[in-house]
Amino acid sequence: MKETQTIKTNPKNSQTTERISGSEAIIKCLLAEGVDILYGYPGGAIMPVYDELYKYQDQIHHVLTRHEQGATHSAQGYARISGKVGVALATSGPGATNLITGIADAQIDSTPMVCITGQVASHLLGSDAFQETDIVGISTPVTKWNCQVTKAAQIPEAIAKAFYIARSGRPGPVLVDITKDAQFEEFDFKYEKCTGVRSYIPIPKLDHTSVEAAAKLINAAKKPMIVWGQGVSLGQAEAQFKAVVEKAGIPSAWTILGAGAIPTSHPLNIGMVGMHGNYAPNVLTNDCDVLIAIGMRFDDRVTGSLSTYAKQAKVIHFEIDPAEIDKNVKTDVAVLGDAKESLEALLPLLEEKTHPEWHQKFKDLYAIEYEKVIKHDLHPTKEGLTMAEVLKEINIQTKGDAAIVSDVGQHQMIACRYANFNKTRSNITSGGLGTMGFGLPAAIGAKMAAPEREVISISGDGGYQMTIQELGTIFQQKVPVKIVVLNNEFLGMVRQWQQLFFDKRYASTEMVNPDFVAIAKGYFIEAQKVTKREELKDAVEKMINTDGPYFLEVCVEKEGNVFPMIPTGASVSDIRLE
Amino acid sequence: MNENNLYTVSIYTENNIGLLNRISAIFQRRHINIESINSSVSEIENVTKWIMVVQLSEEKMKKIIGQIEKQVEVIKAFYHTEDETIYQESCMFKIKSDLLFNERQIQNIIKESNARIVTVNKVFFVIEKSGRKEEIDLLHRELIVFGIMQFTRSGRIAVTKDEMKISTMLKALQH
Repeated sequence: MKETQTIKTNPKNSQTTERISGSEAIIKCLLAEGVDILYGYPGGAIMPVYDELYKYQDQIHHVLTRHEQGATHSAQGYARISGKVGVALATSGPGATNLITGIADAQIDSTPMVCITGQVASHLLGSDAFQETDIVGISTPVTKWNCQVTKAAQIPEAIAKAFYIARSGRPGPVLVDITKDAQFEEFDFKYEKCTGVRSYIPIPKLDHTSVEAAAKLINAAKKPMIVWGQGVSLGQAEAQFKAVVEKAGIPSAWTILGAGAIPTSHPLNIGMVGMHGNYAPNVLTNDCDVLIAIGMRFDDRVTGSLSTYAKQAKVIHFEIDPAEIDKNVKTDVAVLGDAKESLEALLPLLEEKTHPEWHQKFKDLYAIEYEKVIKHDLHPTKEGLTMAEVLKEINIQTKGDAAIVSDVGQHQMIACRYANFNKTRSNITSGGLGTMGFGLPAAIGAKMAAPEREVISISGDGGYQMTIQELGTIFQQKVPVKIVVLNNEFLGMVRQWQQLFFDKRYASTEMVNPDFVAIAKGYFIEAQKVTKREELKDAVEKMINTDGPYFLEVCVEKEGNVFPMIPTGASVSDIRLE
Repeated sequence: MNENNLYTVSIYTENNIGLLNRISAIFQRRHINIESINSSVSEIENVTKWIMVVQLSEEKMKKIIGQIEKQVEVIKAFYHTEDETIYQESCMFKIKSDLLFNERQIQNIIKESNARIVTVNKVFFVIEKSGRKEEIDLLHRELIVFGIMQFTRSGRIAVTKDEMKISTMLKALQH
């Protein structure tokens, strides 16, 4: 590596030199970065590191997941709820390739994660050795940065750089691949934290003229609307954001990953945008005069057809990543920078407004959505249980303080629509990649990072079975997560599309399921199954009041659909209510 | 904005293993062919310069420059139209030596095209020519009729007519 002259370090953090092995150095680097928990799976090429983990087990807690994919999702859950870097460890070959789904998920959802993989000894590189795979090559398109280390002396700098890059600027996953000989080799260890990389500007310098231009547009707006994303919570800008929203009196909607930055119950929180978002913010996106996007990236699931998206509005984009500006939606004013700093600069320039007539429009459309959709979801008159009433019960019993870790599909959309998020970093879900199987292992990481919080994993019967083996991790580690499976015996979202767009040809979406309660009990996890409405309240109460992990299966109506819905390629204002 | 043009891309980067993969992946992911690529040292010590030629719309080009600059080890990326650069390519022809004496025209072609004979032995001789793409295409067309044993051509190298504003940026980052 030639980076020596290109990174900045903080010598104040450095220790005196000591002669240790590369593998021990890895542990010492992790400790220096404040890592207390890591998730992983041992194997041949990473064994020297596991040997050191054994020696350091009182200082660093290694969680043996049941699959390397589970390790990445747990590290993601840990990072998403805490804002700290999640760490995953795996061996070479299949161990390393099994990390890829989680890495890709972390990349598209900007989750700080460091993955460390063992690699065959450097003299074997390129020889098709046992469990050799080019993980640096494979992971390149889905990592923020990656590198391979073949000498012990390169380890401290590589790991320091990895943590710095993973957590700074727009966060993301980083992979460091370390050959087995580098793990064994002894060298004079010294750790200096990385504080800069010369080719990398994590946070663009805030241009105050752009903030002034944004304030001018907002102050002049008659019908302003905010859409915020995860950038608000990633930038720890919740307080500044709330102040801006309240001072300017702007109706504010969130993307799936933005949820919770201001509470669901906040009067200016007008709900979720996007394909299964709320009716009012979607429709009025095409009615507002100024659209203020904050820390979001105009994903296609948010915008629907771009050619008809907010064409009437001036667009202001607050964003940390310059590559996002004009990527999907052309902006009139781009404010590049960290959300906290930008919003702090914006606040004093804003005039106090209330926009009562404009707010009324949102209320009117909400009333329509309530009549057509929400009422039937939350207070069904038909026999079958709806997914939404399960969420309603969870809201009541957790008072909206729980962290909801959802999987991917219908239940995810329902969870995001109906869960109350009183606190920031409470909606942990796979947004960009849509990774089925994310939920259960992510909930493990979330609960371990925030043991004081109620963490509820909500999955469908499909995604749950993609990482069901992590029940073993929950059992072994005694992680008190609450696991809810909303079972409709279908891959529900795909089935919904088959019903609406493929003339009800339900190709391979019907699930013949095992006895989920028996499986949970097989892992010695308390479990219950609910099939009737009158059993629901007590079952949720039992789950919440159980100290350890708990599994609750709720059999819901088989062919329920999630509405509203923007069909692919349609405009946000053509959102369907039925 | 949406029609395809030929663009020269200049990228200043660190000299690290794997960066080629990272940059080419940005084009591959968008199904864009890279016409040519060259990597070398640059005017700045310890900074690598890449010159790439691609054909796409300006809108796509701008977005791709953003994605390239987003890479941690990329210092700065630019794109230029044909008018904004001075560029050259280089090529070599290996040809049977007897043709040099039997086909008098070859000597004229070499002279007129400003090509250079690098080496001659009993079996073959080698011509080198630097120039713009069209000049090299022309020379290739003229020589192919006599039979070419081997032909190879380099990627484009280019400098811009205007200043590249990267030195000041680097200075600020250096410790």
